[in-house]
Amino acid sequence: MSHSRDLSRSAAAVGSGTTDTVHGHQGLQLEEPLLFEIDNPGAIGVDLPDPGDFTPRLGGVARQGEIGLPCVSEPEVVRHFTRLSQKNYAIDMGTYPLGSCTMKHNPRLNEKMVRLPGFANAHPMQPESTVQGAFKLIDGVAHWLKELTGMPAIAMSPAAGAHGELCGVMAIRAALDDREGGPTTRRRILVPDSAHGTNPATAAVCGFSVDAIPSDARGRVDVKAFAEKLDDDVAGIMITNPNTCGLFEPDMIEIAELIHDAGGYFYCDGANFNAIVGRVRPGDLGIDCMHINLHKTFSTPHGGGGPGAGPVVLSDALAPFAPVPWVVHGDEGFSLVEHADDAGDAKPFGRLKGFHGQMGMFVRAYAYMLSHGRDGLRQVANDAVLNANYVMSCLSDVMTPAFEGPCMHECLFDDRFLKDTGVSTLDFAKAMLDEGYHPMTMYFPLVVHGAMLIEPTETESKRGLDEFIAVMRALVERAKAGDSDAFMAAPMMTPRRRLDETAAARQPILRWSPDIPTAEAAE
Amino acid sequence: MRYLPLTDADRSSMLNRIGVSSVDDLFVDVPATARFDGTFDLPDHMAEFEVEGHMSAIAGQNTTTADVPSFLGAGAYRHHIPASVDHLIQRGEFLTSYTPYQPEISQGTLQALFEFQSMVALITGMDVANASMYDGATSCAEAVLMARRVTRRNRALISGSVHPHYSAASETQAKYVDINIDICDPDIDGTEYLTELIDDETACVVVQNPGVFGHVRDLSPLAAVCQDKGALLIVVVTEAVSLGAMQSPGEMGADVVVAEGQSIGNPQGFGGPYVGLFAAREKYVRQMPGRLCGETTDVDGKRGWVLTLSTREQHIRREKATSNICTNAGLCALAFTIHLSLLGENGFRDLAMLNHARASQLADRLAGVDGVEVLPEAFFNEFAVRLSKPAGDVVDRLAARDVLAGVPAARLYGAGRELDNILLIAASEQTTPEDMEALVSALSEELS
Repeated sequence: MSHSRDLSRSAAAVGSGTTDTVHGHQGLQLEEPLLFEIDNPGAIGVDLPDPGDFTPRLGGVARQGEIGLPCVSEPEVVRHFTRLSQKNYAIDMGTYPLGSCTMKHNPRLNEKMVRLPGFANAHPMQPESTVQGAFKLIDGVAHWLKELTGMPAIAMSPAAGAHGELCGVMAIRAALDDREGGPTTRRRILVPDSAHGTNPATAAVCGFSVDAIPSDARGRVDVKAFAEKLDDDVAGIMITNPNTCGLFEPDMIEIAELIHDAGGYFYCDGANFNAIVGRVRPGDLGIDCMHINLHKTFSTPHGGGGPGAGPVVLSDALAPFAPVPWVVHGDEGFSLVEHADDAGDAKPFGRLKGFHGQMGMFVRAYAYMLSHGRDGLRQVANDAVLNANYVMSCLSDVMTPAFEGPCMHECLFDDRFLKDTGVSTLDFAKAMLDEGYHPMTMYFPLVVHGAMLIEPTETESKRGLDEFIAVMRALVERAKAGDSDAFMAAPMMTPRRRLDETAAARQPILRWSPDIPTAEAAE
Repeated sequence: MRYLPLTDADRSSMLNRIGVSSVDDLFVDVPATARFDGTFDLPDHMAEFEVEGHMSAIAGQNTTTADVPSFLGAGAYRHHIPASVDHLIQRGEFLTSYTPYQPEISQGTLQALFEFQSMVALITGMDVANASMYDGATSCAEAVLMARRVTRRNRALISGSVHPHYSAASETQAKYVDINIDICDPDIDGTEYLTELIDDETACVVVQNPGVFGHVRDLSPLAAVCQDKGALLIVVVTEAVSLGAMQSPGEMGADVVVAEGQSIGNPQGFGGPYVGLFAAREKYVRQMPGRLCGETTDVDGKRGWVLTLSTREQHIRREKATSNICTNAGLCALAFTIHLSLLGENGFRDLAMLNHARASQLADRLAGVDGVEVLPEAFFNEFAVRLSKPAGDVVDRLAARDVLAGVPAARLYGAGRELDNILLIAASEQTTPEDMEALVSALSEELS
């Protein structure tokens, strides 16, 4: 981009009395170019010693030409990423009521613990005798999760919730194959229409077809419709509980009996375990497996999109098929089973990732577990549910709840209250941005028209909720007053306003390149 | 409880507003038989200093690569992480934000992802890269699935140079989706010849460079055969720093590059979380798994970024998605991006050469030890050695002498593969002459 051109253009704007500034900064809101655009050949952000004498042994494939990485000093790098960070909304800044995502406070103690040298610097392939503490930690987290869920076994290695789903459904597949002495003839997995998209996607990558179960008028699985689908072709069912409408599935026990009688297995999506932790043990509901998103219930940071961790608790029926590796505790301390040959009677279905699991997430989750204790975790569920019901009850007279009755950890509204206002759920959400809030989850679950799914979490104060409620009520009032233009123009005050996603997908620009003019330079 | 803002007074006024007398009334949908009223075999809550004490004691039971000389690698490497990397990724705006689905208030994460994708594409020599995967092994597995989608063939050939965790993850992921995976025997000597195994049914050939035993190869001839047969060449890189010293897989003709990015910006951390890199030729972009960040403009014409091509993904496509993956390794990818930004063109290349130099110096010293045979002629910062005694025993004895000597091949492959005497030894910029001396003298004594 050309600075001189920018300056002349902006100077005219300044003269015309608009809010344009010379470089586009707006007070503390600082524009920041791509790192590639502040490339200053010769600058460097690290100092390295001279390697000394050595014989190069790269076998004739030493790198020749330039890579094209930008050259930048440390102060510039720190400033660059600090400025970028300031363009993000975050839990640390405010309420983040993103339903089904559980954006709760991330304690910094957890960050401190994961940086303890004994954890951070441990190599996954060290001799077992040198990493007994690491095994003890994994074993400790496993114990908490089994205890809290009332399940006998656990697979710790899945790297995220969806990876945990993969683990669970693969275990189901392996158990069916084992029972039938060959590839199972059961082809279908039943999935409610309100499910997360990962559920059907997971079933598909495990070779199953997906059969949707309708929700009933109460937002729950229609048990009658479910029972009618059961036959010899059904491998299992995947149910999220509490479900994506923020409601407890009251018929879980009956569903478990029905699916088991039909010869299938019961996968429970534990994405919303935070609503019932300490109050309900999913094992008591008759499930066969459930993944636990450590980044939700146990507050490991979302980090702008990962990393997560998705350990899977397993019933006795599925436990033998858990993937390698796993930790065992013997007479001489902890050791690791890493290969099927060393697995004794177990029949692991395979390996899901490199090494032993998301250790850094286990450490953070363990700090969270110890901090709360069994008493605090029950309080977590109570306060999460209380906060959601409080928001619902304070908004129900102006917005339209999708279902009657109390909710669990999140409350779901549809868009009937916006009827004839000209304002859509999306517009409403964008107006919230200008009010300083991250919006709720929109248009999910799919079974509710114009869905708005609000999950305050237990780490919001009453004062914070009252502010949020006041803002929501004011926005509803404004929408109903016919001010739809303001909504459609929103957001006005964010670092960027609405972005053209269609253009982004039509001609994707997925990387910086000296040959591809950026939008800014192309003007 | 320090993390729970509600006081009892708050709770009671809120319950009052809701119109119920107790929080239990909000759990009415839970059947009585499903309510847990027992006692968990778990402790009650702890003060922050109590948690710290408890966990520090557990961490203290590990002897780590920072305490004693370490030559461990095999897919996880000990590299220095500049202080500013860890500082920046702990900024709450990065640490405590969600996936950037609301681009107007997520430009920081998005721009960093765009820079990440750009850098990954550059160092791998590919056209495009995604916003990261769980780790290198899962990235490899997803590449195999992608090759099936692209070629509509169902046979994958995995070289004996590939880390066994990567082949196992690929085999597992492919188990139920009609892909036949052939995994070659461990390529200890780097003499594997794959050409004759590639046929018209081969969807992809997966090869690692440097190989798991350290061998560095020119993959161009293999790439030409793959192209001729219509199979995709998937190149695995488990040590991302090697890309600073070696010709990129793209230059050698790879169609897809999958890599473990841990080495850049992320601690060993006992195996995770790490960051999988996934890069490919542009023509495959709509078949790629995972999130992609793309450039666009906002209504004011200002440049900005959004997640894009999400019609490939599970939240839109559900059972027809390219993958069930729902996340990336955001914070690890950010650490990677910041570290690589600090390194820049020159630092990255210098760091790579420094790693290579240390390994070369170490190999020279080990060549003088009786009972040690360095196997690869060409390597980057890690090489296999054949010992005169079983490597597992030697490693255990050296651990007792406070030297972490490396990774026995049998640890990766399991017993019974005639790999018992093979040990993988890695060096890095942090390997000192004293470390080398400690390994050489301990090995000399144990093997004599």
